[in-house]
Amino acid sequence: MTALLEVSGVSVTFDGFRAINNLSFNIGPAELRAIIGPNGAGKTTFMDIVTGKTRPDTGTVTFGERSVSLLSMNEAQIAREGIGRKFQRPTVFEDQTVEANLILALKAPRSPWRVLLWKPGPADHARVRELARDVGLADHLHRKSGELSHGQKQWLEIAMLLAQEPRLLLVDEPAAGMTPAEREQTTALLVSLAKTRAVVVVEHDMDFVRRLNCKVTVLHEGAVLAEGSLDHVTRDPQVISVYLGRG
Amino acid sequence: MTRSFLARNPSVLIFIGLLAVFTLCVTLMSEAFGAGVISTSFVKTLGKTLCLCLVALAMDLIWGYAGILSLGHMAFFALGGYMIGMWLMYARTEEIVVAALSQGGLPATPEEITQGIATQIFGVVGSSDLPVIWSFAHSLPLQLLMALAVPGVLALIFGWLAFRSRVTGVYLSILTQAMTLALALYLFQNDSGLRGNNGLSGLQNLPGLADTSQDLVSIWFFWASALALALGYLTLNWVVSGKFGSVIRAIRDDEARVRFLGYPVEVYKLFLFTLTALIAALAGVLYYPQAGIINPAELAPIASIYLAVWVAIGGRGRLYGAVIGAAFVSLMSSVFTSGRLPDITLGPVRLNWVDWWLVILGLTFVAVTLFAPKGIGGLFDRLRHIAPPDRKGAPLGPDDGAFQEQEAQR
Repeated sequence: MTALLEVSGVSVTFDGFRAINNLSFNIGPAELRAIIGPNGAGKTTFMDIVTGKTRPDTGTVTFGERSVSLLSMNEAQIAREGIGRKFQRPTVFEDQTVEANLILALKAPRSPWRVLLWKPGPADHARVRELARDVGLADHLHRKSGELSHGQKQWLEIAMLLAQEPRLLLVDEPAAGMTPAEREQTTALLVSLAKTRAVVVVEHDMDFVRRLNCKVTVLHEGAVLAEGSLDHVTRDPQVISVYLGRG
Repeated sequence: MTRSFLARNPSVLIFIGLLAVFTLCVTLMSEAFGAGVISTSFVKTLGKTLCLCLVALAMDLIWGYAGILSLGHMAFFALGGYMIGMWLMYARTEEIVVAALSQGGLPATPEEITQGIATQIFGVVGSSDLPVIWSFAHSLPLQLLMALAVPGVLALIFGWLAFRSRVTGVYLSILTQAMTLALALYLFQNDSGLRGNNGLSGLQNLPGLADTSQDLVSIWFFWASALALALGYLTLNWVVSGKFGSVIRAIRDDEARVRFLGYPVEVYKLFLFTLTALIAALAGVLYYPQAGIINPAELAPIASIYLAVWVAIGGRGRLYGAVIGAAFVSLMSSVFTSGRLPDITLGPVRLNWVDWWLVILGLTFVAVTLFAPKGIGGLFDRLRHIAPPDRKGAPLGPDDGAFQEQEAQR
């Protein structure tokens, strides 16, 4: 199996601080992966590099069958390649309706001229309704998304990600601020999504990671410390010392 | 969603209806067609006001909808005016020169005519050569093309440089101010080819229509301005009502998020910057023949700041707000600065309206920003019982230009 995303030998320095240190990471086209690590381990910086927000000093990042390099692309181009990102804080367009938010995210041409002439067809409306139903927002399509509750915003953002039809999904702490029932739902969703695409979950919560039941990558000081099943990595003496050492 | 464009945007029909009624009333009351209740100079003022409303629409598109506070759009307006002014002045001077030369008996050669025109136009700055930039001034179609091409290309180059480096917020505003100031300072020079601080004058005289009275000409331009405003309103409403409008409002509130959705934010900004520059230039083309004169002071940074004040007072993010703001403030401005209002004596202080108008305007701007961020447009929301969302004071997005709680509708 060839990797969908291949990160190799990547380093980033911010003002002399090495945030990412010779990091290498692969993920297949239909795989669920959790990334854990203490604060400052480089989890967010890793996502910033993959999505084009941060440029690494050295190393390569390639994506897809043709192994295109992501380093020469900007955020928008990378997103169009098929990489979606879910932020920790729900970020939806609060002054627009749930429907408008979903239409914005729908996979469709993105250039100004094409968008100017684009009109939603019956299929697009059906897709929007279907997405809204999947996340329990079917009755809220015409409400401004700013009025939704925190949890509903999280679900709207997830629906927007699905509308983009990404091949790789980067999810930052999905369980934060969710009720136990919502966590359950989120776990099930992430597991089912990973059947057809690659999903990378960055998470602090060990219980949540355990329920995902997938391969785990432990980051520490900007490099991979251990990789394998959760039980395997939690038995690793290095991992134990890092986690316990930090308290 | 199958409803028609007009059904979804009732304000378009109302707006165009009101504009048509207004145009008809002014026509019937003008010197040219009717009662003569409205003087020709006031018809010109109204026509100019309609042009200012058109620029305000452009400003609202780029600032109110996309959150880009450009403080340089009046430069594009003035450039459009300069371009049409070049043709007006050239063609008019040509008539005079040909008439003068033909009195000698022999028909004048083309060289003599060109030389005569150059001397007439540039004598005032001590030159007798026609600068290269006047190459197209003999032809109306070519010069009209220039009126769009010059501001358009300038906006394209400036915008490309600014947006590519991701300059945003107050830094972009300062850059646009610098652009318009630099352009004004350049045009103030006598060797800029546009008659330095004399500017271009006599633009109200249309070539070939020396016998037509200004009463009639002023009404023609008034009609043209009203038509341009109606078309501008219709077009921009179409632009902002679809998915495109959704994208640019999203850019205003949270552009980083829009990037992660795959939209090329910089291309959108450049597109908008250039489009609004073209609309501003078009408004300038219609404005300056009514004003009769253009000089580099029209590109002063304050002119573009006024534009932002109009949109703020009218209410940003709603097209009719921009039109109301521009019409209201610029008409008030011409009333207060006309010098015809009597001074008011308040004890030891003498309130002179001409001097105090700017203070009043400034205080109004501050008051609107603090107490009524929806501006005059907010009155319509109040009538329709549309409340702002209760967000406990939080804005709608993290960006500088993002809508504030009080500006939004529930």
